[in-house]
Amino acid sequence: MPKPASATAPPDAEPVSSPRRDRADGPAQADELHIIGRRNLKYEHLAKATGGTKYTADLKLPRLCFGRLLRSPYPHARVLHVDTRKAEAMPGVFAVISGADLPERYGIMPSSQDETAFAIDKVRYVGEAVAAVAAVDELTAEQACNAIEVLYEPLPAIMSIDEALDPEKPRIHEDQGGEGNIHKEVHLEFESPEVGFAEADHVREDEFFFEGNTHAPMENHAVIAQYELHGKLTVWSSTQTPHYVHRELSKALSMPTAQIRIIAPPSGGAFGGKSEMFSHEVAAAALARKAGRPVLIELSREEVFYCHRGRHPVRMRIKTGVRKDGSITAMHFQSWLDGGAYGSYGVATTYYTGALNTMPYKVPRYAFDGVRVFTNKPPCGPKRGHGTVQPRFAIECQLDKIAEDLGLDPVGMRMRNAVDPMSGTVNGLRITSCAVRDTLRAASQRTDFQARFRKLPFGTGIGLASSVYMSGAGLPIYWNPMPHSGAMVKIDRGGGVAIYCGTTDIGQDSDSMLAYIVSEVLGVDPIDVRVCSGDTDLTPVDLGSYSSRVTFMAGNAARQAAEKLRDLLLDVASERLETPRERLRLGGRRIYNRDDTDRAIDFIEAVQAAEARFGTLAAAGSYTPPKLGGKYKGSGVGPSPAYSFTTAVAEVSVDLETFELHVDKVTIAHDCGRAINPMIVEGQIEGSAYMGYGEAVMEEQVFRKGLHKKPSLLEYKIPTILETPALESIIVEGPDAEGPFGAKEAGEGPLSPVIPAIANAVYDAVGVRFDATPITSDRIMRALDRAKREGRIAEPAALAG
Amino acid sequence: MKSLFTLRINGEDRTLAFEHSKTLLEVLREDLDLTGTKHGCELGECGACTVLVDGEPVVSCLFLAVEAVGHDVTTIEGLQHGSVLHPVQVAFAEWGGSQCGYCTPGMILSAVALLEQNPHPSRDDIKEALAGNLCRCTGYTKIIEAVEAAAGSMTDGRRLHAQAG
Amino acid sequence: MLRLTPFTYVTPASVAEAVQLRKQYGDEAAYMGGGTDLLPNIKHRLAEPKFVIGLRSLREMQSIVREESGGLRLGGSVRLSQLEHSPLVRNEYPALADAAAVISSPQVRRVGTLGGNICLDVRCNYYNQSEHWRRAVGFCMKKDSEICRVAPGSDRCWAVSSADTVPVLLAHGAQVAVFGPAGERLLPLEELYRDDGLVPMALQPDEVVAAVRLPPPNGLRVVYSKLRIRMSFDFPLVGAATGLALDVDGMVRQSRIFLTAVASLPMRVRAAEELLIGRPLTDELIRAAGDQVFRSTHPMDNTEGSIPHRKRMARVYVERALRDFARANPDA
Ligand SMILES: Cc1cc2nc3c(=O)[nH]c(=O)nc-3n(C[C@H](O)[C@H](O)[C@H](O)COP(=O)(O)OP(=O)(O)OC[C@H]3O[C@@H](n4cnc5c(N)ncnc54)[C@H](O)[C@@H]3O)c2cc1C
Ligand code: SF4
Ligand code: FES
Ligand code: FES
Repeated sequence: MPKPASATAPPDAEPVSSPRRDRADGPAQADELHIIGRRNLKYEHLAKATGGTKYTADLKLPRLCFGRLLRSPYPHARVLHVDTRKAEAMPGVFAVISGADLPERYGIMPSSQDETAFAIDKVRYVGEAVAAVAAVDELTAEQACNAIEVLYEPLPAIMSIDEALDPEKPRIHEDQGGEGNIHKEVHLEFESPEVGFAEADHVREDEFFFEGNTHAPMENHAVIAQYELHGKLTVWSSTQTPHYVHRELSKALSMPTAQIRIIAPPSGGAFGGKSEMFSHEVAAAALARKAGRPVLIELSREEVFYCHRGRHPVRMRIKTGVRKDGSITAMHFQSWLDGGAYGSYGVATTYYTGALNTMPYKVPRYAFDGVRVFTNKPPCGPKRGHGTVQPRFAIECQLDKIAEDLGLDPVGMRMRNAVDPMSGTVNGLRITSCAVRDTLRAASQRTDFQARFRKLPFGTGIGLASSVYMSGAGLPIYWNPMPHSGAMVKIDRGGGVAIYCGTTDIGQDSDSMLAYIVSEVLGVDPIDVRVCSGDTDLTPVDLGSYSSRVTFMAGNAARQAAEKLRDLLLDVASERLETPRERLRLGGRRIYNRDDTDRAIDFIEAVQAAEARFGTLAAAGSYTPPKLGGKYKGSGVGPSPAYSFTTAVAEVSVDLETFELHVDKVTIAHDCGRAINPMIVEGQIEGSAYMGYGEAVMEEQVFRKGLHKKPSLLEYKIPTILETPALESIIVEGPDAEGPFGAKEAGEGPLSPVIPAIANAVYDAVGVRFDATPITSDRIMRALDRAKREGRIAEPAALAG
Repeated sequence: MKSLFTLRINGEDRTLAFEHSKTLLEVLREDLDLTGTKHGCELGECGACTVLVDGEPVVSCLFLAVEAVGHDVTTIEGLQHGSVLHPVQVAFAEWGGSQCGYCTPGMILSAVALLEQNPHPSRDDIKEALAGNLCRCTGYTKIIEAVEAAAGSMTDGRRLHAQAG
Repeated sequence: MLRLTPFTYVTPASVAEAVQLRKQYGDEAAYMGGGTDLLPNIKHRLAEPKFVIGLRSLREMQSIVREESGGLRLGGSVRLSQLEHSPLVRNEYPALADAAAVISSPQVRRVGTLGGNICLDVRCNYYNQSEHWRRAVGFCMKKDSEICRVAPGSDRCWAVSSADTVPVLLAHGAQVAVFGPAGERLLPLEELYRDDGLVPMALQPDEVVAAVRLPPPNGLRVVYSKLRIRMSFDFPLVGAATGLALDVDGMVRQSRIFLTAVASLPMRVRAAEELLIGRPLTDELIRAAGDQVFRSTHPMDNTEGSIPHRKRMARVYVERALRDFARANPDA
């Protein structure tokens, strides 16, 4: 293993901005941190650069055969008959299964048990799985799928929110949700918003629409299942939630969890798109069981678009009251979510479109109404920033309008409203560390925002927005009082350290994070550490790599486990060195006296002495969030042990002849508590900003004639290196008292402000508002034409007509 | 039709039988176990499957393996010499050029071909060279920085060694 | 993984042998240049050839040579990346190098050929889809059904000619050397294309596009502009090749305007060309030519982007090119 020496790290190794950097937490003082805060190399960092990392589809098993799913060609139809006999009789076909074989219903939310592995009575979107085949190769499996005869009775398809709200239309789920095709309805009210609107000097009502979009990880989903004759099932899957797949698979297969082992190999990107069980996972397992040989299913890119579970299209209406000085008196937020055909995480998503709207600005009175509907499209679910990205777009664009109405500076207005550390929100969320003002300052200063806003030449613009996100959900998806994350640490008598944790590394470098934290606590080098993650047989449960929970929760669990072992080491070291424990520090593979650093013993020596004294050095740690949240129905969504805060500034130019929008630069200041590795945090910020850029200007998961209109990487536009804006990330540190070494999330939060920042910048550039995403050239053209016709823009000279 | 062919992969002659209708991507991954070459679309739309044929990056998903006969194929596995890695590989690791790493083999090969031709690329040269490689994780920033760093280290004549293990 | 259907790959030693093999295997055979169009089509089950005749390694089709006329002969198997980087092409036909350079991605350009670009199958977003997707939409007239999904009442296919180099070649008045059972014939490239998505080329199935012959520019300058959503990978939503030669006195001597991605063939805008001839490039004239382009362009809703924007861009690109010419010739 290569040396993770910071000596080879890139030169500018300091986080850019760290207003409260020295306020460290815990026993180790900031100035004594050896690993945390440095640009250490990543865990197993060379494997990815040498092709050595084994993703799911790279694994080879003897007698492996290939599975394939037959998918529905109808958006909505009754399944009258499935006949698999011809397929079964084909040479090279080992097993065929369909709906009748796996009738058990499941779903990621306990309240939405509405899916089966294969359609049974009905298909509800084009691409829904109907049957599956295992065969000697993929071509044979394809032919066998074509030989399966399915008799459908097509039904009218519901393809929009309006159609779904119409009670006259046929129902997609007879036994789910309320009237018409309403899946979930939420109504919450806090402190009588009407009073706040009456107190306001200015009340604005606006409507927004956020188009649906999808994760598009570069790795298509893949799964391998192996069923051993003694009754044990092993599943390798590119999932970000092995624990949930474990639970759901047990249900779908009617098989005890104890006999199922889920392994999540490194994943080639996920972004929320691999966070529940999919039909292909059940299919691989059931086919392996039936065929008696391991089965690989690799989805095609088109099938990944059908798996979806991506960003919901959301229509939003906001009413906000403000005083003349810009302070918010009340807000009423309404959202209508186009959920697609199944529940997925949708109940949570619905709440999320309302839950975090009381941050990062003080909203003293608040009401929220949310409605999620079923439509005949692939199910929507969680994508980076789950359910909070759409309302953030709406709120930040509306704030820009309000600031303009009142003649206020958008930065100043946000500063005035910003929430304070150690405070709370009207809907019962607890705020602890909070550096939102620092992010506003950092981003606006770096871009000279105030000097340029509304002063750039027509066609160029600058815009700003801020946001908030969670470091993991305070409550689990299925109710239980157990920890959200567990980790075990074991020290070998040779000084090697092993960490076992149920986390999955989906590219966010959670393995590195675990290695850094444990190395810091034990005073070893990350190179001494082995991480075993994402294996339900070997590792303690971690709920999964979603909702930005891993650093905070698994980090704390690993820290706790490591600290238990550290204490044993300190016991023996203290005795050997005849030094009180409080004076001892660990670092550089030594335990030394803080005041006399030559007074030290080697780590290995301490380990051996401790093992001799206490027996095998292994310890477990776990993390359970404190009790959080209000006392109303629905208060479970939104609470988090810590929130991150972000401000983004976008600089754009619009070609007034071709209407092409160029986002020249995005500057993002993000409060992540403490950067455990600034290089990784910057990577998360940049990646989030990139994804936000794509959502703002080009990405859309849209449908035509019941079909996905863009089911390929050619048609579904994810930005290339050429149009991606210059991205500058500014790390703002304000350590969180409960986060591991002060850390909070960085993987999702930085996405959401980028979209409204771009929209606000486009307005600054051309004087036209875009209240719907994506902001395409076509929309810019139409809007400028209209504005020109109506005499609303002053600079029409360059516009060709 | 299946026939016997000799392919020159990473400097080694490999004789094996495969269907004419197999792509280079399939033969590398499935017949030669060189799984470092990735794929995200199989239609030329992502660049994850990039390999070098006679030193030039091509999409291996739209390249028949039979057409590689008589040409030099380099995959990500072929960049290192023993335990000495190519400077671009080292730079990707040091500069955070990979997150999930799925685009990384293709990216690195495109970058290696660029630096072969143009040891002092500008930022725009780098972007042009990597325009056929999608990355969904990094926002490309750290990838560009890694290529710049590699260009610097290669012209410095610095040899970069992977430590054993 | 998307798979190809099985076929036998054959490598002829000469163009003549290629034609001979094509005759022998009949319609079960397909020519392949780089395969960057054919192979995705096979993976989508739009084609299932049993024999693939590889043209890319034919020496006689690989070169770029100077002709006696002073023009260039570009072999059909010249790769797009060669067009992009060849100093001859860059210097003498810069718009061709520009057009090649905006095709797809660098990795695809190193595989795709000029012949393949000339014979690129017309495209439609109801057609360039997987078998599953097309089955779900009910297939279409171009493959496996009778109805056009874009214009259900229509009795023709409106799939879109989408090649980037072709409008530039046409603006330069290229000829094409077509090799068939009877040997080589030379015809204007323009005559190769038909306004019919079902049979978009007037090429016999066994004929090979052996080479393209470009006449010397003789003062003709061409500019190519392409609309696409991303700067890489994307096919044109509209592409305009505007060719112009001016007299010493600044009058337009020759004008050739071709659009790609707005019709089933590379579309010539004669009305605009004629308007320009014999006149000085004034702002009004440029505007009028732009109007003509706008009026003549009738894209269908079967590519990415919107119809109004694509129409508008056709005009903008031509006008921009003309303005550039005017600027470069201040006496005009
Ligand atoms: C992701 C992606 C993006 C693309 N974007 C673009 C783009 O922006 N612009 C663009 O123009 N193209 C684009 N293409 C299409 C393609 O890459 C190019 O058009 C390329 O030039 C095709 O050449 P080829 O040699 O690969 O064609 P092939 O696939 O080999 O052939 C195409 C067709 O022509 C026939 N053919 C090939 N050569 C000859 C010949 N010499 N004589 C007779 N028939 C022949 C074949 O039988 C086949 O039907 C894209 C392709 C991909 C995969
Ligand atoms: S234009 Fe009509 S017939 Fe032609 S490919 Fe498209 S849908 Fe099919
Ligand atoms: S696999 Fe996507 S380009 Fe080859
Ligand atoms: S690192 Fe994940 S796709 Fe590039």
